[in-house]
Amino acid sequence: MNPPLLAFNDKGIYCEKADVYIDAWRPVDKCIVTHGHADHSRWGHKQYITHYNNVPIIRHRLGEISVTGKNWNETFSINGVKFSLHPAGHIMASSQVRVEYKGEVWVFTGDFKTEDDGLAEIYEPVKCHTFITECTFGLPAFKWEPQADVFRDINEWWATNKSEGRTSILFGYSLGKAQRLLKHLDTSIGKIYTHGAVENMTDVVRANYNLPETTLITRDTSKEEIKGNIIVAPPSAHGSTWIRRFVPYVTASASGWMTFRGARRRRAIDRGFVLSDHADWEGLLSAIEATGCEKVIATHGYTDIFARYLREELSYDARTEKTQYEEENAEIDKKIENED
Amino acid sequence: MKDFAQLIKKLDSTNKTNEKVAALTEYFQNANDADKLWTIAILSHRRPKRPVNTTLLRLWATEISGIPLWLFEESYHIVGDLAETIALVLPTSEEHSEKSLSQFVSEIIELRTLPEEEKKKYLHDNWLALNYFERFVFNKILTGSFRIGVSQKLMTRALSKATGIDEDILAYKLMGDWTPEKTTYKKLILEQNEEDYLSKPYPFYLAYAVEDNFQEDLGPITDWSFEHKWDGIRSQVIIRNDEVFVWSRGEELVTDKYPEFQNFLKVIPNGTVIDGEILPFGENEIGNFNALQTRIGRKNISKALLKKTPVILNTYDLLEWQGEDIRQKPFSERRNILDAMIQKINSEEIGLYLSETMGFETWEEAAAERNLSREKRSEGLMLKRKDSPYLVGRKKGDWWKWKIDPFTIDAVLTYAMRGHGRRANLYTDYTFALWDEGELVTFAKAYSGLTDAEFRQVDAWIKRNTLERFGPVRSVTPHHVFEIAFEGIAESSRHKSGIATRFPRILRWRKDKPIEEANTLSDLKALIPK
Repeated sequence: MNPPLLAFNDKGIYCEKADVYIDAWRPVDKCIVTHGHADHSRWGHKQYITHYNNVPIIRHRLGEISVTGKNWNETFSINGVKFSLHPAGHIMASSQVRVEYKGEVWVFTGDFKTEDDGLAEIYEPVKCHTFITECTFGLPAFKWEPQADVFRDINEWWATNKSEGRTSILFGYSLGKAQRLLKHLDTSIGKIYTHGAVENMTDVVRANYNLPETTLITRDTSKEEIKGNIIVAPPSAHGSTWIRRFVPYVTASASGWMTFRGARRRRAIDRGFVLSDHADWEGLLSAIEATGCEKVIATHGYTDIFARYLREELSYDARTEKTQYEEENAEIDKKIENED
Repeated sequence: MKDFAQLIKKLDSTNKTNEKVAALTEYFQNANDADKLWTIAILSHRRPKRPVNTTLLRLWATEISGIPLWLFEESYHIVGDLAETIALVLPTSEEHSEKSLSQFVSEIIELRTLPEEEKKKYLHDNWLALNYFERFVFNKILTGSFRIGVSQKLMTRALSKATGIDEDILAYKLMGDWTPEKTTYKKLILEQNEEDYLSKPYPFYLAYAVEDNFQEDLGPITDWSFEHKWDGIRSQVIIRNDEVFVWSRGEELVTDKYPEFQNFLKVIPNGTVIDGEILPFGENEIGNFNALQTRIGRKNISKALLKKTPVILNTYDLLEWQGEDIRQKPFSERRNILDAMIQKINSEEIGLYLSETMGFETWEEAAAERNLSREKRSEGLMLKRKDSPYLVGRKKGDWWKWKIDPFTIDAVLTYAMRGHGRRANLYTDYTFALWDEGELVTFAKAYSGLTDAEFRQVDAWIKRNTLERFGPVRSVTPHHVFEIAFEGIAESSRHKSGIATRFPRILRWRKDKPIEEANTLSDLKALIPK
């Protein structure tokens, strides 16, 4: 029997035929990287292959690495195995990886969402036999509202805070979520200020993506100047001394985990907006259906539950594999803090 | 319902007490009387009886959602709240209901009497006619346990602001076994009605634990009266109109559980309210708290049980005397009356004792008495300022508890379960084991004592070191040692280890200790008082 086209070993997802890894978590020679979040683009590989627009992002994080950029749908062969990248819609420049050998097609999603967020390249369903999928929010309790509704709530929240003379502080990880927030904030309400981590990453992506003007908060930025405006900061800033200088302020977090009241209460955040860069329950199921696949491998999230549902209710040949992409993402707090 | 749901949402989306009070005050100023009354009732845990059992609720919610029951259960383990899980898995709806809170509640009360098919239809229709948050609130009323970070004290403060009635008076009015079905907002809150007060207890005065170096802040030691802090059930016994009423600190009327207290009628005059501690009292000495558990848990108190576990009331204080509220009199004066009354009666025959007060000249003498606590089956000492009034609720200044240090033992973490509420989805409920002939034997469960950051660390570790899963429970590789503190210890046939501990909690995470150095079961047994 031939080895599977993609296998899971202690370093990552491995294509033996091509001797190449995808989103490896230990240093390898050649690695295809789906997107710029730290758990998918790790340090130490000899050669990186990723989408063009992701090159500046991972360079910003990993320094001077050897990296080859690819276009969407551009096929490249390694030892007879055909690879191509397709938009995953998760964050800017995030890819799914299509792998084909002798007519057999596998797709690895990395992280993905099906909704158009107005910034990330829109998720593209790719036909395949085996679909390796994340399922961070693979429970029927997760149902996203349309983004337009969520941003209406966020902007109303900001306007209300402003009318009460308070500064709004919105938490979102500095790559992806922060830019999505920036993109849809209503700048007729006030000015957008940023934490350094958000500002740096935003600067990097401005080369390829159109984003509104932001002002970096420095030592010299006065409290009066910021009052009533909005600050976008990474979750790690919550509860820090950095934040105390903006009193009076109101905090909010934008994340899929805000679905749970417990998650918000635990973090002592005033307001939680349910806004995720991952697919919700219906998104996951519709994406799987659209691939026309027979086999599904769930890699991270509520994998056991999700795979069981696929097997028992929808008759897929579904199983789970252990990876190190934020092992059991149920770790809400860690997730929110570490995703940038 | 819209307004009530809005209120709950506001209360739920702030951590600041002032904002919670403001939101409640505004609500109390604007809502109609029936809604106000039900809001007070719900926030003081007086919900209507559950009209549908949770098994059916789950079943019907999964039917509407089109998901299998096992998937609902898995989701529930992760969400950690039944009302929330149901609200989440049902199909999305943007509807608002125009029905008022009291309308909903009366429908829910009525629902109880309807046949199952009609119950199902009612829930189906209402679930789909409410938006997410209203649905959540509706489910909370259906299932009870409305914990949303609003204490009764906080609610009382808001009600006081909205009505202009003094907070302590409101606290008094809200005590007891009233239900919205049998009263009105006017009657309960606004009117003075003597008859209603017959069984009403006074709010308990509770003490804080002493702080570091407290001796320096308390002034002359001779200003203070000392007592042992007895380990039973804090209670208030009311004798009015030839009737006895027994209230527990949880505002539960428990008269029926202590039939022996009917004896008090023989010796205590009407118009008397006593603050005291119910204690197990076999063979003329105070028993172990565990013995009381058998009395607390039973609905019907049999003669055999009365004989096996007799109880007495150990009296601390006198709140009402000759029909007069004497809480403002100094403690020493109240005690003089109480002492005179109890000393006249035959304690053994009536089951009514005095908690002896003590005075000390030096803190060393007081500390020496405190060291005898375990022997005397008390939890430590109480310090009461001799001239202090009897206050309402937990207040600093006049009363302090000076407890003895807890027992401690080093145990190994063996199982973990997901928490609820704000700990939903985090593994925060732990089982601990001790060594016994090379095996780890479970001895206690604990779920408090670590910081949020530590819980997150342990949670992450548990998820990576799971051996087996049993529904919401995971067994983990024995690796971490924790120092467990507990208040009491006794032999128990109900526990696998043969030992029951009282109020076990985590004191410290002993990262320095390998599991081989955790304590043994015989170390634990050695702690049992002889």
